[in-house]
Amino acid sequence: MMQAFRQETGGLIDRARPVAFSFDGRRLQGYQGDTLASALLANGVRLVGRSFKYHRPRGILSAGPEEPNALVELREGAAREPNTRATVAELFDGLSARSQNRFPSLRHDVLSINGALAPIFAAGFYYKTFMWPAAFWERVYEPLIRRAAGLGRASGLPDPDRYGKQTAFADVLVIGAGPAGLSAALAAAGQGGRVVLAEQDSALGGRLLSDRRSIDGRPALAWLAEAEARLRAAGVRILTRTTITGVFDGGTYAGVERVADHLAAPGTLPRQRLWRVVARRAVLATGAIERPIVFGGNDLPGVMLAGAVRSYVNRFAVRPGARAAVFANNDDGAGTIADLVQAGMEVVALVDPRPQTPPALRAVAASHGVPVFEQSTVRQAVGGTALSSIVLGGKADGVRLSCDLLAMSGGWNPAVHLASHHGGRPVWHDALAAFVPGQMPPGMRAAGAAAGHVSTGGALRTGSEAGGGKESAVPSTGPESDAVTPFWQVVNPTGKAFVDFQNDVTSADVALAAREGFTNVEHLKRYTTLGMATDQGKTSNVTGLAMMAALTGRTIAQTGTTVFRPPYTPVAIGAMGGTHRGARYRPTRRTPAHDWAASQGAPFTEAGEWLRATHFPKVGETMQQSIDREVRTVRQAAGFCDVSTLGKIDVQGPHAGAFLDFVYANTISSLAPGRARYALMLREDGFAFDDGTVARLSDTHFVATTTTGNASRVLQHLDFCRQMLKPDLDVCVEPVTDQWAQFALAGPHARSVLEQLVGAGSDVGGRSLPFMAVAQAAVCGVPARIFRISFSGELAYEIAVGASHGAALARALQSAGAAPYGLEALNVLRLEKGHPVAAELNGQTTAADLGLGRMLSRKKDFIGRALSERAALQDADRPALVGLRPRAGGTLQAGAHLVPAGAPARIEHDHGHVTSAAYSATLGCWIGLGLLAGGQRRIGEVFRAVNPLQKMETEVDIVPPVFHDPAGAALHG
Amino acid sequence: MEEFVYAGDATLSRPGSNAELSAWVDYVYFRDNPAGPHSELWYHAAACRQFLKVERDTRTHVISSAELA
Repeated sequence: MMQAFRQETGGLIDRARPVAFSFDGRRLQGYQGDTLASALLANGVRLVGRSFKYHRPRGILSAGPEEPNALVELREGAAREPNTRATVAELFDGLSARSQNRFPSLRHDVLSINGALAPIFAAGFYYKTFMWPAAFWERVYEPLIRRAAGLGRASGLPDPDRYGKQTAFADVLVIGAGPAGLSAALAAAGQGGRVVLAEQDSALGGRLLSDRRSIDGRPALAWLAEAEARLRAAGVRILTRTTITGVFDGGTYAGVERVADHLAAPGTLPRQRLWRVVARRAVLATGAIERPIVFGGNDLPGVMLAGAVRSYVNRFAVRPGARAAVFANNDDGAGTIADLVQAGMEVVALVDPRPQTPPALRAVAASHGVPVFEQSTVRQAVGGTALSSIVLGGKADGVRLSCDLLAMSGGWNPAVHLASHHGGRPVWHDALAAFVPGQMPPGMRAAGAAAGHVSTGGALRTGSEAGGGKESAVPSTGPESDAVTPFWQVVNPTGKAFVDFQNDVTSADVALAAREGFTNVEHLKRYTTLGMATDQGKTSNVTGLAMMAALTGRTIAQTGTTVFRPPYTPVAIGAMGGTHRGARYRPTRRTPAHDWAASQGAPFTEAGEWLRATHFPKVGETMQQSIDREVRTVRQAAGFCDVSTLGKIDVQGPHAGAFLDFVYANTISSLAPGRARYALMLREDGFAFDDGTVARLSDTHFVATTTTGNASRVLQHLDFCRQMLKPDLDVCVEPVTDQWAQFALAGPHARSVLEQLVGAGSDVGGRSLPFMAVAQAAVCGVPARIFRISFSGELAYEIAVGASHGAALARALQSAGAAPYGLEALNVLRLEKGHPVAAELNGQTTAADLGLGRMLSRKKDFIGRALSERAALQDADRPALVGLRPRAGGTLQAGAHLVPAGAPARIEHDHGHVTSAAYSATLGCWIGLGLLAGGQRRIGEVFRAVNPLQKMETEVDIVPPVFHDPAGAALHG
Repeated sequence: MEEFVYAGDATLSRPGSNAELSAWVDYVYFRDNPAGPHSELWYHAAACRQFLKVERDTRTHVISSAELA
């Protein structure tokens, strides 16, 4: 396979390891060590994408993460990633990439007609044009615009890759491993302490990989290899392919390590890893990003940043063209010319817009036979889908030069992004003609090009200082000129001159914004979209700001500054989620008898943090048949249900009773030892919070239960009450949910089942263990608590044993003749008795709404008392709990709204809603609970339960909420 | 789940049981939203369950002190 633009020797690629890849289905070859961008250039592929609005042909501008143009869809199928920068995507065997934003093909994009329609795509166009009629926005304008202007396509499939997270602690975090970062890390390592060095590239070195420099009289690459060896020997943690993306509180830094993005498939590795690095100090050695120059056609493939050209020539041994010109406002031009010539390319011009081209630079150009056009500019780049010639302006106005590569440089913008993540704004530095970090995050220092010191010598020196080293230890470098004269744009360019390549923002758009008064930097951004999208203006923000300064007659410092927020580069949502997705989104809690229930064939459902068995199907049963059988078993014989998920809180101490009186609305302290009581807790705002039972085991020992879903909230609330509101009470609160397995045993035969388990020594008869009594006894030979409480309305017990005995107790209950029932039957049983659960205790109901108003003690202060007494909560028309019974055998759905019979189903007739509904096997019909305005005053009325979403409705009678055994006779059996 | 959970303004004090309704409404609903030093409670949810009183600057998130509440 031809790589026609590859140099025969040199570079940091491995010619012994060819790599096959494809671009838009075309099979190509590169080498190990290539990026997708360098491999495309080696194959002479210059057109790689179409622009956002105008669908103009675009090529490769840069050689780094700042790339605005060369965005591709990488990989296939579910692994497809849109908007991947070809300049940082490492080549791997079998890599497949597609160009974006073109139709039907990259070369023939019919939407490039948008270029001719440019006037309507100018800044502010959406705001002005698509105002009317409003209804057209969603249906017509937006879909049209989205089809015409866009970036890559998401796969639409679940992400197939795994992601990891890791935390590191450091005394010094060095961000960037160019000469400044290496120097800083060496110095910091010399002080002892933990040093982490993070580098976004696959190799250390920064510009040393791309520029031919010498350090200590040797090629810089030799110094680099030695520096890396010294860092490794010193135990520095080196993270390559790791971009620090954000700076957070307390010296916390976020980083994304691309662990396996350079491999065909991750195998056992995570694709990416999100790092949290906590560091006392940090050295910002992120280097600088080169500025493009604004001139006509500056977006044509073949117009590249000069530093990127040197990267492709030196590091990747690519010739990005055959005939090159250089357009630069700084002395880097000398290096660019030398590198191009060395690579065997013809250099037709050095175009220098400055008033004076330094003699040294002229001499370099002359030595290579390159004509210098002083005080001149490139007015226009000319070509179809790639550069073919340039037209000069300024002193050499009108000169036309044939070339297929233009290396441009408008100087360097320090990569100050991370320095402003705490809100500090970069400040303009006139002598450096650049924004440098202003107020830094605590503990951070900038070094090297990030601080405006763009020469290798300056980088080594400031890096060492920032790392805590001595100046004497800094290696020497050759002479380098970092002279720069600000030059942003060519006046009166021919054709569109782009400021922001990714968003297709031109110099005319910036001028329009200025004319229309959007002169504030933030307004400029919103009005023109300059600086938005995936590159966040890395190559455009500062230029746009400088142009606005010129347009409004202000200095750059007066015009403002731009701020940056995390992340520095795009971060996959998957990396932020890490392993916390799907079933691992949060921990799953299983009860001690979970495996036993599974062995009985029970399906499970999520209930709060827990998995609970829904029902226990027998062969041939439908789910409804199982539930009905389980309900009948409890009403007619004996069933048992795992209720270990209820929160259990131990409250002990001399003041335990007083404490519970304060946190519950009803009085607890009057409870005798050996007795239990239903208890209701309010929030301080007067609404119901949670309910459960409180049992008194001794004078100073209570155990309280909470609902499954509220267990952790109630615990925090009790901790708050104890520590913050009642610190003087001598009481301890401890969660014991995990320590106890607990089963409800319910039904007319419950006692005979229990008697088999407790043995002859214990009396669980009605006289010694009456309703709401508590006993501590041995069950199956292990210590247990037996609570005579009932949620089902039957003769019932809750039996608690140590968690490790949970499964054994389930087996024993089954052997003794009780049948297991699940969450569904539990729900039907409680519904038949009108007991509220989370659907009714929903945070918007008061005790009175739930028919529990009389529980509120008038004799004591308790949480929520004061505000429960306010007038609004006493309103007799508040929605309150009622029973619902469909007429004529209808079904009922939770969520349906209640409208009076005969009234249309409109919001003004909405009187409430159905909170719970189920088929009652006991009653042989559907039943429900609802919250209805006026509550039990409406008993006897007829409503319609309307579900407009599913077009269902049922006529219901409003009835008392207790459907079964309202007198409670079964409880006391 | 995070190890520490924000638990509100530390300067509030619960009104006495005979307090006016307005005092309760202030206590339950109204909060200052200072730009600057703020005294707040944090709950060590994932470990000792102790409430901490933390002095934090809401502009910089710098925590100047933390003590057992």
